Amino acid sequence: MTTNTLAIDTHALRKEFGDNVAVKGLTLQVQQAEVFGFLGPNGAGKTTSVKMLLGLVAPTSGDGMLLGAPLSDRLARARIGFLPEHFRFHDWLTAQEFLTLHGQLYGMPPARLRPQIDELLELVGLAPFRRKHLRTFSKGMLQRIGLAQALLNDPALIFLDEPTSGLDPVGRRLVRDIIHDLRAQGTTVFLNSHLLSEIEVTCDRVAFIKHGEVIRVSELKELAEGETSVTIRASGLTPSILAGLNEWGQDVRTDGDHVTLAVPGEAALPAITRYLVAQGAEVYAITPQRLSLEELFIQTVGTDGGL
Amino acid sequence: MNPMLIIARLTFREAVRRRIALAALLLGLAFLILYSLGFHFINLEMTRAEGVGSAPNAVARREIYNFMTMAGLYAVTFLSVAMGALVSADTLAGEIGSGAIQSIVTKPVRRAEVVFGKWLGFAGLLALYLLLMAGGVAGSVWVQARYAPPNFLRGVGLIYLESLLIMSITLMCSSLISTLATGGVVFGLYGLAFIGGWVEQIGSFLGNQTAVNIGILSSLIIPSEALWKRAAFEMQSPLVSAVGFSPFSARSIPSPFMIVYAAGYALAALVLAMRWFSRRDL
Repeated sequence: MTTNTLAIDTHALRKEFGDNVAVKGLTLQVQQAEVFGFLGPNGAGKTTSVKMLLGLVAPTSGDGMLLGAPLSDRLARARIGFLPEHFRFHDWLTAQEFLTLHGQLYGMPPARLRPQIDELLELVGLAPFRRKHLRTFSKGMLQRIGLAQALLNDPALIFLDEPTSGLDPVGRRLVRDIIHDLRAQGTTVFLNSHLLSEIEVTCDRVAFIKHGEVIRVSELKELAEGETSVTIRASGLTPSILAGLNEWGQDVRTDGDHVTLAVPGEAALPAITRYLVAQGAEVYAITPQRLSLEELFIQTVGTDGGL
Repeated sequence: MNPMLIIARLTFREAVRRRIALAALLLGLAFLILYSLGFHFINLEMTRAEGVGSAPNAVARREIYNFMTMAGLYAVTFLSVAMGALVSADTLAGEIGSGAIQSIVTKPVRRAEVVFGKWLGFAGLLALYLLLMAGGVAGSVWVQARYAPPNFLRGVGLIYLESLLIMSITLMCSSLISTLATGGVVFGLYGLAFIGGWVEQIGSFLGNQTAVNIGILSSLIIPSEALWKRAAFEMQSPLVSAVGFSPFSARSIPSPFMIVYAAGYALAALVLAMRWFSRRDL
């Protein structure tokens, strides 16, 4: 496979259930080795979209490719990992049996599967529980074993549908670290999550979906580089010093010893600090307040949540 | 390993782990013990009567042994059919409902392979069950009375085909509708075949061709009862064949064509299950 093949490339994928249009037209390009976030309000068609990509649901119209192969290509799935939402597995299997089953379904030879299972159980912290039945597992443990299942085949593309639901902060940290490692290995990660803070720290790009359509795709770096509001806590700020701040930003407002102003980017912060110190002000804190993903989400999809 | 065999093995393992196999084994043994005791006391009664000179002659004894064997196999047939429907009703519908199927069919396997693998697993379970139950009944009679019905293997083969037929139909329904709806449809069909079969037998006894035709029609809708009637015909004693009526035997004999039809029916149900499951949204 050439490196310029897109990991995901869809054109106007559409799904109707009777009269109900679940996905109006999904057009999406995801690069390889990218961590891609898929955001949208409830009922926006996220789950149906993921199911179409994975061949669980047949599109009414439109087409798409995963790793250069058509969506319905069975053999391409050997290179894809999937952690379903609301996953339920055969809970009468032990952790080891469960991973063996799924590895066999991937067509992995035993010589490759056995060390891989050991490694993954270690990675997700379930090595001591390998002989326990899944029905005795907590929700967080099931999520971890599900994640191990999705990683079995060293996928080139992995779909994680709400991977941190049911996980405590330690588990979430684990998922974040795993995603980080996957990116480092060149794996494409397609992340569907309600937790915006998580998307914010893990993803390169995000797509916003509403009414079954992609309405915006943003690079998360742009968020950091965009217009920022800065709060300064300092004493000894004279009116002339405050007036001088207009050189770096606008909308300067004071409230006791707090000053806020809007600057075009974080690059202005060191210069503002130098200026205040040179003018004799005592600076205690300079805090940039980036436009958070949550604000961007609400700006993009609206407060009606797409209803 | 071939995906079908992986799924077949999983199906076997599920029956063992979820204690389905254990329950079937224990209840099956209870049935066999009860049956053997019943046979023992009836046999004892006949032997005792021999002493006082009012014993049935050898021909009559063989008739009674045959009747007892057929009664046991009749119950075994019903149990095998119920087993075929019960173990397979939840398999697709349940896994679709819970979402467990999603992590299976997104692997590089054909959906049809998943269905066929399950079918193979259930077919194996039913074979073992029937081996235990029919073998137990016939074995108990043989040990106690040295009697074996004619064409026993052919008869048991037909009973096995009946359980496979019901299991295949159940799997087919389960690929489309919920577990409960599947159960309702399958037992409804079975009941239809059952009553249709009796209408045919009674019609045949009374010489009413319309009733016989209704029975044949019900056998075409679902040929499960016809398979038992044919199995009973194969295994019944020559005398019953001549007289032509017994509660467990058949007077209106399903033709060999009906057996071919039933096998084709089971195969068609399996093929439809694979097709429907391959095409549906999950």
